[in-house]
Amino acid sequence: MGVNRRKFLKIAGISTLAVAAKPATDALAFNPKEWLDEKLGGFTPSEMMLHFGHKPEGSVAGEALTATRWAMVVNVRSLDEEIAEACMEACHKIHNVPHIKNPKHEIKWLWREGYEHALPGQQHEHIDEEIKKLPFLVMCNHCYNPPCVRVCPTKATFKRKSDGIVMMDMHRCIGCRFCMAACPFGSRSFNWKDPRPHIKEEEQNPEYPTRTKGVVEKCQFCAERLAKGQIPACVEVAQKLCAEKGREPALVFGDLDDPDSEVREALRSHYSVRRKPELGTHPNVYYIV
Amino acid sequence: MLEKAFLGGRKYWSWMICLLIVMGAGLIAWLFQFRDGLGITGMSRDISWGVYIANFTFLVGVAAAAVMVVIPYYIHHYKAFGRITILAEFLGVSAVLMCLMFIIADLGNPVRAMNVLLHPTPNSILFWDMVVLNGYLFLNIFIGWNVLMAERKGSPPPGWLKPVIYLSIPWAVSIHTVTAFLYAGLPGRHFWLTAIMAARFLASAFAAGPALLIIFCLIIRKNTKFDPGEEQIRTLSGIVTYAMILNVFFFVLECFTAFYSQIPGHMHTIQYLFAGIHGHTGLVPWMWTAVFFWTVSLILLIVPAARRANDVLAVACVTVFIGCWIDKGVGLVIGGFIPNPLEHITEYQATLPEVLITLGVWATGFFVLSFLYKIAITVKEELGA
Amino acid sequence: MYDGGKIIAGIIIGLVLLTFPIWYTHGMAPKRPEVKLPEKEKKCVKDGPYMKTKHMQLLDLWRDSTVRTAKRIYVSEDGRKFNMSLQNTCMSADCHAKKSEFCDRCHNYTGVVPYCWDCHIAPKEEPKEKSEEMH
Repeated sequence: MGVNRRKFLKIAGISTLAVAAKPATDALAFNPKEWLDEKLGGFTPSEMMLHFGHKPEGSVAGEALTATRWAMVVNVRSLDEEIAEACMEACHKIHNVPHIKNPKHEIKWLWREGYEHALPGQQHEHIDEEIKKLPFLVMCNHCYNPPCVRVCPTKATFKRKSDGIVMMDMHRCIGCRFCMAACPFGSRSFNWKDPRPHIKEEEQNPEYPTRTKGVVEKCQFCAERLAKGQIPACVEVAQKLCAEKGREPALVFGDLDDPDSEVREALRSHYSVRRKPELGTHPNVYYIV
Repeated sequence: MLEKAFLGGRKYWSWMICLLIVMGAGLIAWLFQFRDGLGITGMSRDISWGVYIANFTFLVGVAAAAVMVVIPYYIHHYKAFGRITILAEFLGVSAVLMCLMFIIADLGNPVRAMNVLLHPTPNSILFWDMVVLNGYLFLNIFIGWNVLMAERKGSPPPGWLKPVIYLSIPWAVSIHTVTAFLYAGLPGRHFWLTAIMAARFLASAFAAGPALLIIFCLIIRKNTKFDPGEEQIRTLSGIVTYAMILNVFFFVLECFTAFYSQIPGHMHTIQYLFAGIHGHTGLVPWMWTAVFFWTVSLILLIVPAARRANDVLAVACVTVFIGCWIDKGVGLVIGGFIPNPLEHITEYQATLPEVLITLGVWATGFFVLSFLYKIAITVKEELGA
Repeated sequence: MYDGGKIIAGIIIGLVLLTFPIWYTHGMAPKRPEVKLPEKEKKCVKDGPYMKTKHMQLLDLWRDSTVRTAKRIYVSEDGRKFNMSLQNTCMSADCHAKKSEFCDRCHNYTGVVPYCWDCHIAPKEEPKEKSEEMH
């Protein structure tokens, strides 16, 4: 088989291009992925097309709290039943989470579990009595490597690029519940029926929507409060009550990527664990036990 | 050729009308579900997939089983199977159709189903499931129709059909592998997190699918002028036997890993299924029934005298089908959710609307199957095959 | 033409029945809907003609922008800043607070049933409305 000159030049040209592409774009400080992201303004190509080329306008307001990786630290030793209840109340009230008595259909964003259920696999027969009585507050861990996001067929649940929060897009969710099967922490709830009859009208928060039947919902780190410069409701309530009781704050919230943040400080000064670390989901909720 | 489905005797029409009644009941139940939400089923926050997805999982296997007839005929030139490839392909069509219907029935927001197409997400296995299932449906309709048409005209199928048929072979394997991947890649569900999931799925598919095909062949032989053939049934029964042995073997492998390693995460679900945990024994009778059916089927299939007697073979095939349905549908899908990620146990019981919708979908599948089989068999009868 | 009389009679009856909706309801068309514009605010997020035809496209864009990209502030053509929120901006007390006097007027007329209100809470419209909204 003879390679004639024309063929040789063609092959050489393509090879050079293939080999030199990355070094060249690196040298020009051009990252195709970032360039595309900027052009799309944070939308995906299909979202861009569906909005006929309109980019999302506006920018994050000056008063919003920003971070690249939101995280929470739960200091379980500071928790007691009263604080746990108050946190759950606050969360469920401002987000219009329905109160459904049938445990099969219940919806919970933030709730309490015993030690052996919050950290299964860690328990043993001779654990100290204190731990057994403590209420562990559990919620969506907003994992850094979330399996729920990996499996969602419509990107209705997605990890926000700006701050790492694992969000729910209630408008897009088709209710396939694959994310519920994928979550290793059981953090997600499904609306098995219309939630509105189960929300007391006088307790409704008119500033936040409810959900409709057929969509999945979960904690979203109070993204709507962060946008207004407020910390998540549960954290605010817990810190207030702990200050009254003269304890270390039970819930600490901040940017994991900022070495000076409260969360980093809490993690530096205490031993901490995460739920099911062996699964590699890198939860962003830490527990000081 | 379509008109052949409308020319039938009393038995055919009574069968079709019975199916239509069941389909109607299922549709009405589904309308209630559409209005009131999935809360009318027995699913819960902990057991978020139930009978619908269980049946879907099982039927994907039955659909893939068409490949067990296509491979010997088209790749190994086993001429005898030429008589029944159309039956296998049409079985694939109706099984996949049932799968798609079960998925729609299971969605919380079926009106938003198009979002999967509008926002393609290649990292999601569910996206690929949608792609391969619809592709398989299209492939089998296309291939089946053209092959039947060619047979009717008395000429060999067109040349361009061959590559399409060759494509359908890995495609059939893919539909079941992708469905297994739905389960096998979830980090929080230890019962499903096993590499052998796809292999188990394929083994039980290749047992249950051809078993159903054998039953259909026996029924067709008895009720129509077309005889699928003794040799074909013999070979199919051999396939079912080997697949069933592998299926049970793979299950034993799972049990060994769980119980020899003594790792709680691996053991818990199997314990729940076969012995119950903390008094929760909801699925124990189901699983032991499945074991009983499996044992009976293995005996009847392995003993040559039993396998060769068509009446006994029919019983064996029924036990294979039901046993695999219980193991894959009920045991695997429901069992995977128990215990839940926080080590609580919630049990599951299908409700009446759920059962009606399920039966409605099965009836629709059988309706489509009968419709297509009627056409195929009438063509073959007319040719004096 | 065989049975010519019957055929022509049949055609005429058919046409009469087919055009029934037109001639029966002639002159009975309901009045064009009149929406009640907000009293205080005179300028919307975008101009009237645009909003009339494309408010849904704008809302879709707001929805995806808020939820998916954390971009919540919308800057209108004349530089005013708005929070992209149906409940808190569009339906605020100063603007289209009364759904029945604004949104529903055209929607009912055209037979449109948007499912926004399955989730988004429309402001309550009773006489005691003001105290309840101060929640």
